[in-house]
Amino acid sequence: MAIEAQPQMPRVWRAETKPHKFCPGCGHGIILKALGEAIDALNIQQRAVFGCDIGCSLLAWDFFNLDTIQTHHGRTTPVLVGLKRARPELLAICYMGDGGAYAIGAQHLVSSVSRNDPVTIIVANNTQYAMTGGQMAPTTLPGQKTETSPYGRDVELTGRPMLGPELVATIAPSGAYVARGTVANVVQLKNFIQKGLSNQLKGRGISFIEVLSACPTNWHTNAAETWHFIEKEMSKFFPVGELRTPDGEQRQEVEHRGRQP
Amino acid sequence: MVTKPIKGEQRSFMTGNEVIAWAALAAGCEFMYGYPITPQNEIMHYWTRLAPKYERGFLQTEDEISAGFTTIGGVLAGKRVFTATAGPGNVLMQEAMAMAEMMRLPTVVVVTQRGGPSTATVIYSQQELNLTSFGGNGEGLRIVYSPASHDDLFSYTIKAFNSAWKYRFPTFVLGDGYQSKMRAPVTLYDPEERGLTMEPCYPMVGLPGLPGEEREPAHLRNTYNLEEELFAILSDSIKDYESMTPEVVEWEATAIDDAELLIIAHGIVSRAARAAVQVLREEGLKAGLFRPITLRPFPVAELRRLTGQARRLIVVESAYGQLEKMVKTALYGLKIPLRSYLRPGMGITPEEIVQFAKEL
Amino acid sequence: MGVSLKIALAGEGGQGVQSVAEIISEAAYTAGYQALYIPNFGVEQRGGVSLAFVQISREQIGAPKFMLADVVVALSHRAVDRSRQYVGPETLLIYDESLRDEVRSLYGTEQKQLAIPALVVAQQEMHPRVFNVIILGVLMQVADLLERSHVERALERRLGHKFAQDPSLRELNYRALERGYQMGKGGVAV
Ligand SMILES: Cc1ncc(C[n+]2csc(CCOP(=O)(O)OP(=O)(O)O)c2C)c(N)n1
Ligand code: SF4
Ligand SMILES: [Mg+2]
Repeated sequence: MAIEAQPQMPRVWRAETKPHKFCPGCGHGIILKALGEAIDALNIQQRAVFGCDIGCSLLAWDFFNLDTIQTHHGRTTPVLVGLKRARPELLAICYMGDGGAYAIGAQHLVSSVSRNDPVTIIVANNTQYAMTGGQMAPTTLPGQKTETSPYGRDVELTGRPMLGPELVATIAPSGAYVARGTVANVVQLKNFIQKGLSNQLKGRGISFIEVLSACPTNWHTNAAETWHFIEKEMSKFFPVGELRTPDGEQRQEVEHRGRQP
Repeated sequence: MVTKPIKGEQRSFMTGNEVIAWAALAAGCEFMYGYPITPQNEIMHYWTRLAPKYERGFLQTEDEISAGFTTIGGVLAGKRVFTATAGPGNVLMQEAMAMAEMMRLPTVVVVTQRGGPSTATVIYSQQELNLTSFGGNGEGLRIVYSPASHDDLFSYTIKAFNSAWKYRFPTFVLGDGYQSKMRAPVTLYDPEERGLTMEPCYPMVGLPGLPGEEREPAHLRNTYNLEEELFAILSDSIKDYESMTPEVVEWEATAIDDAELLIIAHGIVSRAARAAVQVLREEGLKAGLFRPITLRPFPVAELRRLTGQARRLIVVESAYGQLEKMVKTALYGLKIPLRSYLRPGMGITPEEIVQFAKEL
Repeated sequence: MGVSLKIALAGEGGQGVQSVAEIISEAAYTAGYQALYIPNFGVEQRGGVSLAFVQISREQIGAPKFMLADVVVALSHRAVDRSRQYVGPETLLIYDESLRDEVRSLYGTEQKQLAIPALVVAQQEMHPRVFNVIILGVLMQVADLLERSHVERALERRLGHKFAQDPSLRELNYRALERGYQMGKGGVAV
């Protein structure tokens, strides 16, 4: 990783609202930095519209010097799809949590993907509902303790962690870009997001990037434990990499360890 | 049979959400369905900690549409079940509640009102009165209780199960974020030790006997071909609703006998109003309080009777006229001046009410 | 002070104001008072000021929040600002000594106030963690409403499980509490 002498804010960040409102050590800030850099690199500030969900992502409503819409929990995708249909020249970015994407907004996600709506969806997967105080989410790991799985997630009763990108990759028509990045590899993450945005610019189809993110507040972890959880625990279930790239439509094989019994 | 969580009377100091979880346990509620939303969350948190110890169940659903419909499933199975929600979650829940209303299903929902519209605040309001009372595409044939203290939260959560199963209308406990989050004293009890019998629950499907041969199959529907069919069903429901009303309505009157200034408030605001009445009385103003406890059905007859000699009415609520509208409807034709102190999404203190009353 | 008391506590997240509020209200409840405690909560308070409202009374308590407090406790720069609305002409303002300039510039010298060196004492003589227990002691001394035994019992209920793991913590907390009581007595009322 490149060593930065001074942490530089992406141009598209709104300096007046920094420092941002996320907790110390939160993954959202890292993802939004990668997103900011990708927007800078593509020089699309003029055209991009940022939509955030209800979840800790809502705290980003004044994060960028971008036109921004704070929507309802799970409804960011349809709001931005509606916008994109009406104004195709705009670039629609949907930013949400794993609960917003895979639980309350799942029907929107599935429908948008099968329509190949030309929007870019970025999902911060922190294995639980953070904003409401740490309840179980579709992505919660087996045995993981949350406020609504106080004795550990019981997969017999509540299922196994939801594999968002794998689901999207399976049902997406051609032209889709699907990847899973992690806040533990920011260079790669920025690259994935940039490819996702380019995909929308080229009008090829939907782009979907899940990001393994950190929530030290609800995980009750210190810095070392937080990184350990992302790199050692989460990655066991959520393999990082590209799942679909429209160039030549090759499908890259990533290990689906999460699917093993 | 499920085990008893409370023996004898237990004085405690706890949050309202904890009270509700204990009330549902004490009522013999067997299952909770829910989706996280503030300020309801801790009902689920306490429930998920306690439930396994008392052989009760929990399902976290993917949204409130699902929480509402799974609750309906639990009811159809013949179980005493409930869910809890607030704000935008209450909005989503209305689809299922309209079905429950049509099909006369005894669902129980605890609503912990927060600011609206939209996501607004996670804190407090009384803005979900209309929604909870009339949220479906129908007539609002529902029972809505408005508690004002932790003891109320406990009693009316238990009562909600009984009213729901006795009359078979969707029943709501309309709390709010303040009541959910505040710590205050409460007395927990086992309803049966207080001589309260829990209304029995019974399955509506999965009945014994071979359907079509040994018994008629249960064919439960909410769709009708003819206007006349629907009208007949609704007329029956409305008749049931109206005949249960005198049994179900509840209200509380304070210092009302000689009251010239009558304050009308519900829920937590009624506490501030009661304190205000006391201050106004000390200052020589003949003030009184009428607090509807059931908001659906609304205690119309009682309010009309008790407004008797009042020369002025004041409605006080943390909403912009939702209670006021119910009051005006109830008092149609009476000629008493009415002014309202309306604070949508804001808490109300006794001092504000006193000042407002004195300025009249 | 009479038999009715309204306290607003404001501090940074992690300073423990909610614990103080919980202990006071619980102690008042066990002492036979009507007690009510409510925290403020919102979506953006992850990094915001933490506020707690406590009421203790002989009579039934009306609304959970109030307009003016009898005592306001402000423990950080932002908290001084944020708690301003609850300070009336009669309100006693308790704050950490380090905030003196802030308080002076906002209130002048007219306001009833009590500056206490809780931060310094906690850091230098005890442990930063017991900062809030010092505050608890100060408040209880100033309010003079509850017996020490009730406060101690509530403290035990709240922290007993930690004391059981590490008995030296009990000693530390009781020392902090005692120190708070002393500061409450000898504090520089301005
Ligand atoms: C209809 C509706 N139901 C529930 C909520 C409450 N709510 C707010 S944020 C949230 C969960 C957020 O979790 P996630 O989407 O994973 O985002 P995170 O906070 O973890 O980043 C919920 C359930 C709501 N706002 N609207
Ligand atoms: S609660 Fe978790 S996800 Fe939300 S801002 Fe804090 S660390 Fe980030
Ligand atoms: Mg999440």
